[in-house]
Amino acid sequence: MSNFRKYSFLHSDNRAAKIFLLLALSYLLTGLLFGILGGLQYIFPAFLKDSLSFQKTRPLHVYLVITWIFTAAQAGIYYYLPKIAKRSIYWQNGIWLHFALQAINSLIIIAGFFSGSFGGREYLEFPPVLGGLILLSWVPFVINFFATLKPNFKTAPVYIWMWSTGILFFFITVSESYLWLFDFFRNNIVRDITVQWKALGSMVGSWNMLVYGTGIYLMEQLSGNEKASRSRLSFFFYFLGLTNLMFNWGHHTYIVPAAPWVKTVAYVISMTELLLYGYIILQWKKTVSDARKNYHILTYRLLSIADIWIFLNLTLAIAISIPALNLYTHGTHITVAHAMGTTIGINTMLLMASVTYILKKESAFAFKLNRKWLSRGIYITNVSLLIFWSSLLASGIVKIFGKINNETFFYIMQKSQPFFKLFAYSGICVFIGLGILIAITFKIALRKKQFDAIISQQHVTAGPAQIINLKE
Amino acid sequence: MKVIIFLILFTGYIAYSIVVYTRGTDSTIIYENKEKEQINKGKLLFQQYNCTSCHQLYGLGGYLGPELTTAISDVQRGELYVRAFLKNGGNRMPNFHFTNEEVDALVSFLKSVDTTAITYKRH
Repeated sequence: MSNFRKYSFLHSDNRAAKIFLLLALSYLLTGLLFGILGGLQYIFPAFLKDSLSFQKTRPLHVYLVITWIFTAAQAGIYYYLPKIAKRSIYWQNGIWLHFALQAINSLIIIAGFFSGSFGGREYLEFPPVLGGLILLSWVPFVINFFATLKPNFKTAPVYIWMWSTGILFFFITVSESYLWLFDFFRNNIVRDITVQWKALGSMVGSWNMLVYGTGIYLMEQLSGNEKASRSRLSFFFYFLGLTNLMFNWGHHTYIVPAAPWVKTVAYVISMTELLLYGYIILQWKKTVSDARKNYHILTYRLLSIADIWIFLNLTLAIAISIPALNLYTHGTHITVAHAMGTTIGINTMLLMASVTYILKKESAFAFKLNRKWLSRGIYITNVSLLIFWSSLLASGIVKIFGKINNETFFYIMQKSQPFFKLFAYSGICVFIGLGILIAITFKIALRKKQFDAIISQQHVTAGPAQIINLKE
Repeated sequence: MKVIIFLILFTGYIAYSIVVYTRGTDSTIIYENKEKEQINKGKLLFQQYNCTSCHQLYGLGGYLGPELTTAISDVQRGELYVRAFLKNGGNRMPNFHFTNEEVDALVSFLKSVDTTAITYKRH
């Protein structure tokens, strides 16, 4: 096999990664579109009220954006697996089975939302049987992951642990979120709500494991330092993250009348995040210096931006985990700010780092040609996201004061309008920024194969000067 | 060592989950069968119409509409207010054309949620 085929979208393993990458980006684009419609419904109450009300736009947005996160992580894993294991993906047809099951399921879910068929549970707003189909579509992916990698966990780097944990807990938490189908859970509202928060909190942790694992793998590839992902410190933070995935969910339930010790455990575990927080601050100078040094590498820049969002969101998470503050922030847009900062600022930036890394590996020339627009897209997304995030925090603060002063819901919504406008319009700018990144990825990935081949062969025969010229 | 730490944590997670499912969320509220059926019907309607998209129960759900955990006992709202919205919709809420039986079931469900909201009312 030629070097070109091995590292191009023409190779079957990479073709699978490409198709999943494009599927993931389609989820993101459509998810953002429904997010914009939902945002506009905040400022124009009658907008699409009877044809496509918030009852439909929100689940469409939530489902598509969540699916973007795990599908993009899977695309990356499909791409990285053969390179880590140094063998081809174990079950090639399994990749296409995975793709077919997921695509069909997505079409059913989307059509169901349009026609008003709901399961009505937070995050998983589609009928329960389709949740089962999501798990079924993951089975070929799981088989391929373990059969290709055959991981030895005693020596495996931390990102293999994180991906494996993410997969395991995705199955556990999706199953757990359907316990309400049993009378024992359904007929006790406190139990139902507590278990729902528990499952969803850990489910977010499961896909975070997939995404952060990808980020650590990329950092290893960019630095060329394989020791870091096997160090004691890396594993310390992995186990800290795992503990939080398992037990941190309880800070969502301070207001639910479950047993008091559920809250105590949650609070204590939440505060262990201070260790990570302290580490980030200690490393700040080095992080800034490294970011400056490698600013010209787009993938590195995206990883550094994700670091900033981790810092901002961790600050917010720790603050809202303190019961005295949680009492006020609970049920306000401050929680939404945390969710948006995490899904767009951290997860999407890390996944876009993975996308740019793959694009550069596959089509270095086309990547270089589009580098300016990719930079613009990243800039627009992050500046808009900062405004978006701040406006959500501000509308949360308005609601807190409204609740303290016993104001009606209608009055609080009226007072929040300026901030709703800000978040709706900055949301449109986030869409434009990410839209640029998505459009360029499609443009590069869908180029004609022959063109790739010619360019790639030119690379092989190029002298050092041309190769240096192609580097960013 | 890493595998052992993982197994210890995982066992702890399973044990903790079981305790949360049972002792951590026990309820002393007992309903008669007919009442239970009505609440269950209301809950399924709440899910079928995806009310969680706009409304929260104990913080779970969207923010476009008001939080409903204490909608029934809230002095600014109350049962009649809730019924009016269910029957007619509102400024942002579509009219779902609920029948009287469906409105009764939804109100029963919201009442049952409200009964458990001790922590909410305390604050």
